[in-house]
Amino acid sequence: MNLWQHLPVLPILIPLAAAATMLLFAEPQRTPRLALAFASGLGQLAAAATLLYLTSDAVPQIWAQGIGTYTIGGWRAPFGIVLVVDRLSALMLALNALLALPVLVYSIARSDRLGVYYHPLLQFLLMGVNGAFLTGDVFNLFVFFEIVLAASYALLLHGAAAQRVKAALHFIVVNLSASFAFLLGIAMLYSALGTLNMADIAARWPELQGGNVGIAHAGAAILAIAFLVKAAGWPLNFWLPATYTAAHPAVAAIFSIATKIGVYATLRLSSLLGYSVTPLGGIWLFYGAIATMVFAILGILASRQLQRVAAFNVILSSGTMLAAIGLGPRPMIGPALFYLLGSVLASGALFMLTGMTERMRIMALETAYSPAAQPVTYSAFSVGEPPEPHAPDAEIGIAIPAAMAFLGLAFVCCTLLVTGMPPFAGFIGKLALLSGIFTSMSAGAAALRGWLFIGLLLTGGFAGLLALSRIGMRLFWSVTGRVTPRLRLIEAGPVAFLILSCVALTAAAGHVMTYVDSAAHMLNEPRTYIRAVLTDALEKAP
Amino acid sequence: MEIVYALVLGILTASGTWLLLRPRTFQVLLGLSLLSYAVNLFIFAAGGLVIDAPPIITGVGTSDPGHFADPLPQSLVLTAIVIGFATTALSLVVLLALRGLTGTDHVDGQEGEP
Repeated sequence: MNLWQHLPVLPILIPLAAAATMLLFAEPQRTPRLALAFASGLGQLAAAATLLYLTSDAVPQIWAQGIGTYTIGGWRAPFGIVLVVDRLSALMLALNALLALPVLVYSIARSDRLGVYYHPLLQFLLMGVNGAFLTGDVFNLFVFFEIVLAASYALLLHGAAAQRVKAALHFIVVNLSASFAFLLGIAMLYSALGTLNMADIAARWPELQGGNVGIAHAGAAILAIAFLVKAAGWPLNFWLPATYTAAHPAVAAIFSIATKIGVYATLRLSSLLGYSVTPLGGIWLFYGAIATMVFAILGILASRQLQRVAAFNVILSSGTMLAAIGLGPRPMIGPALFYLLGSVLASGALFMLTGMTERMRIMALETAYSPAAQPVTYSAFSVGEPPEPHAPDAEIGIAIPAAMAFLGLAFVCCTLLVTGMPPFAGFIGKLALLSGIFTSMSAGAAALRGWLFIGLLLTGGFAGLLALSRIGMRLFWSVTGRVTPRLRLIEAGPVAFLILSCVALTAAAGHVMTYVDSAAHMLNEPRTYIRAVLTDALEKAP
Repeated sequence: MEIVYALVLGILTASGTWLLLRPRTFQVLLGLSLLSYAVNLFIFAAGGLVIDAPPIITGVGTSDPGHFADPLPQSLVLTAIVIGFATTALSLVVLLALRGLTGTDHVDGQEGEP
């Protein structure tokens, strides 16, 4: 019995415990809530970093092959629920923790006081996302998806305004329907294969016979639909632009990773089944992803609002990931993961920046923070009005000098980041993707598909550049209807932190690329994963 | 029994889908509830339909799995019911908030063209 054994469950337990404890403190007691939120954020980051280290090649004696498993309640693999940490999971956990901390700091400035229970909900969201990345069981994945969704429904309503409530209703209906599809898929997989453990599903898949083949494939297809709704694959993504535009910027920033759990789930199941089961992988996924990218590019070009561009950019990044999985995946997964890291951090920064640039426009101030928007949340939860008024100048913390210069610089950096221009991580990610496409084309993948992907990848970058420069010109160079906002250090700091972490990602690109390549290699060898999870069962089989 | 069961599922799903596509929020909510009934029953059927068989292994004597109902789908259904119930309750709140904020029960928050 060593301590490492219990590490995989910590990314779920820490936010759960923090959120539950926070609820013991009444709403006006901000200090203990904030302390708990920070402790939880740092704890998750530490746990994720340790998991990254343990799954790497540095310490092979702790987990053989770098895959750690944790059997909940001690029930062994195919029967009980098992948590599995491989390099992909560790990477996603670290990304989540890295995004969560800046969002937390950012929201202290003003956003967390626009409604009730912001911090507990944020922790529940993090718990769900972490759990989805860790679990090795399909039904458990559903449960964690639902935790993410329940928290995001409530967070979307945070600081309720008519536009948010409308978007939330659409979001809830679409995602509830997707959850039903998820359940149908799970039930069909169970009736065909008799198991819900992902590794066991993969192990039994080749032994399917007779009518069960059809049921299992239909089940996988329905599951894929549920995943694609969450990952915003076209034509299942019309809910996303309205939702992410209506959400509070801090909430939208953390949502940019919530979309990626759909991509993660697709990648996980697809890789376990050898990328062969459509539409979890293969040509259907690829053309769906291409349509997603086209939709996102058109949306980016058509949007006049910064937050809407950022929302379509989330779709573009999902589409790119899905297209990479769909196109002869083996050389593509590593670059796609690198692209994902840069893209999630960049869209987080862009969303948070949106919150600050919006304040430059006086009109925006009057509509978004009007007192009329408040009573719904406060009276509904019978919480008294908070001691401080919600006037726009009620932020806390130290103001930074040269606010306009910072905003302009941050905007330029974010533009370069999300469009994949040098010298930032997005550029390296795109370059690696292009090189991966050429490798897979020379390995015999259809040239048409490769060129299509290359074309859209480059067009997407230029469309983003065009749209963002247009918005930037209107925001920063037009003289009418603009005020210089007062920026606090705790608002500007997180954006700067995310941008700097993208710079760090560029600087350490070699190391990161080695890690993501080994993660991709692991995904391409599903036997290792299956063996690591089912070790007990295989050994005890007669 | 399978035919009756399948017909029930089909009718529930069809009514649920029809209601889901209606423009009034309350109809949409009812559609979601009907769909969730259909899905829960479907999960229940995934373990096979058996009559008069307990889902727990009672005595030591009978170890033939054919004498027992599959307990796993039943526990899945329990979880799914709880989650579905909670989210439906939440959407009811959102429905009321939207009605209060916009003054209409249209899903888009405004009446469409007649």
